[in-house]
Amino acid sequence: MAYHRFDAVIVGAGGAGLMAAIQMAGKANVAVVSKLYPPRSHTGAAQGGISAALGNVEEDHWRWHMFDTVKGGDYLVDQDAAAVLAREAIDAVYELEHMGLPFNRTPDGRIDQRRFGGHTRNYGEGPVRRACYAADRTGHMIIQTLYQQGIKNQLNFFDEHHLMDVLFSEDGQCCGVVTMEMSTGEIHVIHAKMVLIATGGYGRVWSVTSNAIAGTGDGVAITYRRGVPVMDMEFYQFHPTGLYRLGILLSEAARGEGGILRNKDGEAFCARYAPTLKDLAPRDMISRFIHQEIMAGRGINGEDYVHLDLTHLPPELIDEKLPDVTDFARTYLDVEPKTEGVPVQPTAHYAMGGLPTNIDGQVIQDRDATPVPGLYSAGESACVSVHGANRLGTNSLVDLVVFGRRAGKHMLASLEHAEWAPLPPEPEYVAQASIDRLLSAPKSGKGERISDIRSTMQKVMMADVSVERSETSLLRAEETIRQLQGAYTYASVMDKSKVFNTDLTEALELGCLLDCAEATIHGALARQESRGAHYRSDFTTRDDKNWLAHSLVYKTSGGLELAKKPVTITEFEPKERKY
Amino acid sequence: MEYTLRIKRYNPEKDVKPHFEEYKVTADAKDRVLDVLNQIKWDEDGSLTYRRSCAHGICGSDAMRINGRNRLACKLLMKDLPSKITIEPLLGFKVVKDLVVDMNKFFDAYKSVQPYLIADEHSGAGERRQSPAQREQFEDTTKCILCAACTTACPVTWTSDDFVGPAAIVNAHRFIFDSRDQGASQRLRVLNSGSGVWRCRTIFNCTDACPRGIEVTRAIEEVKRALLYEQV
Ligand SMILES: Cc1cc2nc3c(=O)[nH]c(=O)nc-3n(C[C@H](O)[C@H](O)[C@H](O)COP(=O)(O)OP(=O)(O)OC[C@H]3O[C@@H](n4cnc5c(N)ncnc54)[C@H](O)[C@@H]3O)c2cc1C
Ligand code: FES
Repeated sequence: MAYHRFDAVIVGAGGAGLMAAIQMAGKANVAVVSKLYPPRSHTGAAQGGISAALGNVEEDHWRWHMFDTVKGGDYLVDQDAAAVLAREAIDAVYELEHMGLPFNRTPDGRIDQRRFGGHTRNYGEGPVRRACYAADRTGHMIIQTLYQQGIKNQLNFFDEHHLMDVLFSEDGQCCGVVTMEMSTGEIHVIHAKMVLIATGGYGRVWSVTSNAIAGTGDGVAITYRRGVPVMDMEFYQFHPTGLYRLGILLSEAARGEGGILRNKDGEAFCARYAPTLKDLAPRDMISRFIHQEIMAGRGINGEDYVHLDLTHLPPELIDEKLPDVTDFARTYLDVEPKTEGVPVQPTAHYAMGGLPTNIDGQVIQDRDATPVPGLYSAGESACVSVHGANRLGTNSLVDLVVFGRRAGKHMLASLEHAEWAPLPPEPEYVAQASIDRLLSAPKSGKGERISDIRSTMQKVMMADVSVERSETSLLRAEETIRQLQGAYTYASVMDKSKVFNTDLTEALELGCLLDCAEATIHGALARQESRGAHYRSDFTTRDDKNWLAHSLVYKTSGGLELAKKPVTITEFEPKERKY
Repeated sequence: MEYTLRIKRYNPEKDVKPHFEEYKVTADAKDRVLDVLNQIKWDEDGSLTYRRSCAHGICGSDAMRINGRNRLACKLLMKDLPSKITIEPLLGFKVVKDLVVDMNKFFDAYKSVQPYLIADEHSGAGERRQSPAQREQFEDTTKCILCAACTTACPVTWTSDDFVGPAAIVNAHRFIFDSRDQGASQRLRVLNSGSGVWRCRTIFNCTDACPRGIEVTRAIEEVKRALLYEQV
């Protein structure tokens, strides 16, 4: 076992983790732990853009951006946080440019901007060009640029270290983490004054997802097991345009540039549901439109997909602005987007929920927003909440840089007077026990294999807890997940070796996915209304009287507990969402 | 379709040296090679070890030698392969386990070219200006995902220990030709040294290997020209 001491440890080297770490570089002793090499983080998959009201190509104001964020989130957004997001986005985008990010440019050399779903001018009048972008590789450029800055600033990277546990001292202060070094299997205890969780999302709970295989909610689940609540887990975004069956994302930029969704009759059906924004209405709505078309038998060939039509766009525009998106369609479905419709279906994409934080990234533990001492979170693992019940496209990348930066700055400032909390006795105990169990359990019988448990979970979550859910479907899913959790406690892995044991890490990740699924279902059952991405076929309308509130789910020894936390409303009173 | 996969296996805790193991699988023509590896790992042999994450060719985790060529397992479909497939780890790096190689040497070479913008603090408000034409100069080399397919396809890197390799040069190019950058001379010094661009024999393996379609050899040539004529 190895032991280290750092002022702070950042877990996760995606956009959020790196942005936080860079704030502290050279000023504090910081460790950056990541199970992947940092540039392999899923931030690199983001395609379309990062919004900021720069007003480079047409008039825009951060208050408009704030309003769109609040409305897009179906008024579950904390408006103080949305104001921070929209205001600081501008500076954050400039900072990325100063770090070297190669944004696309306007003819006069400014950062170019394009349209994206739900982003409007003058409080909903019509689409606005707000998304800054680098072709359809914006996330790739962000992760590369931040990693480059990490190298420049000589951050202490713990690459290919798998987070196993988050440590708390006896008086409840977060005081470090336990990791497993992949190349050796060795356990490391990192003692720190503060910890930031930036481990990203958990799309792998579902069978059709745009998320990486590594998107397994580890940091969220591990912290949740330690008694910290998770917030708004029932709000999970399905992106309308995943490649049929594969779930690989076709960015909303495809529709931003003029792409249209069509059913089997060739009808541009979004216009029927959302006359103003049409194909650029928010994602939860478009996913539901597609779902409804399919349910009405209007999927292509009567099957469960529709077409994304780009054939009317100029071929040069496709090559210049959507090269990767069209490449995915060609490579994986053998479809030529310039001449034929691309088969798409909704794909599990983004966790609006996660570890609840305040606007400085501090994780909070109750309805009064009391911080958990020493614990921070940012990025997709966190819930600030700026996305409410439904995130707008491009707002996650903004979230990463704005709140990653704020968390890093707050940690740095707090370090000045932070004390070392003692490690708990045998800090590696829980981590080691979970490894020992998986390695020593007898060979799994049929049905108890890790891969079987995972695929059953993914199927039931896709069928019963996706674009639409009801009490019946949720109870069914709840029961299945409970059984799978039982089976998991007996499951074992085939690979018993120490070096680079991905059989073991996949099993650990499955444990995390099951916990994320459990909390998602618990929140979804409790919330008897429809709002944003959470659509209940048995409660089809929004219920502000009872549910204009965040949900907190706690894992306790006596089972799961639910609490409500009020939503912060500053300027925009909840209204019906129409586009 | 039926396929036979021969996969080079090595577990340092058990094996003295690497050996091939054969797997017979049934796969769909549209399956990715990565799907088939997963199928073997999940159904048959959990100890089969490889890196992967995004599964659609953007994270750079799963470069490996497939029938003698460096490919991303997630970007190659079964329909484009014959029924007998040989899979080996990338050449030239120490094997950690099965298809996982030690990437330290690769990242060290990358770091040696100072792969970050070197420029004075921007004083004015807003962004630095850059015209679309200026951006076009280095657009191609911004696409690199650091998968090491190019570097480990290069015969020069197999035989010499100190050549920085194509990927590092690509990343140097990305900054040398960025109108905002002022670090060209530092980087060119590294690339003009014994371990730099002059080791390149213009064999084009790197360009063929790049899963992002970067014109690697051309980028290397542009760096060579910059050194000869001090164009930047
Ligand atoms: C295909 C796709 C396209 C998208 N496009 C856009 C877009 O155009 N605009 C937009 O705003 N948003 C977009 N998003 C959403 C956005 O990209 C993500 O929400 C965001 O990048 C998440 O960043 P992150 O820093 O929170 O996490 P990630 O980038 O996912 O990083 C997670 C980090 O945590 C580490 N980690 C995880 N588990 C462990 C563990 N157990 N131990 C150690 N380390 C661990 C990983 O190694 C990684 O470094 C897109 C998402 C997808 C999937
Ligand atoms: S798994 Fe990401 S490139 Fe293949």
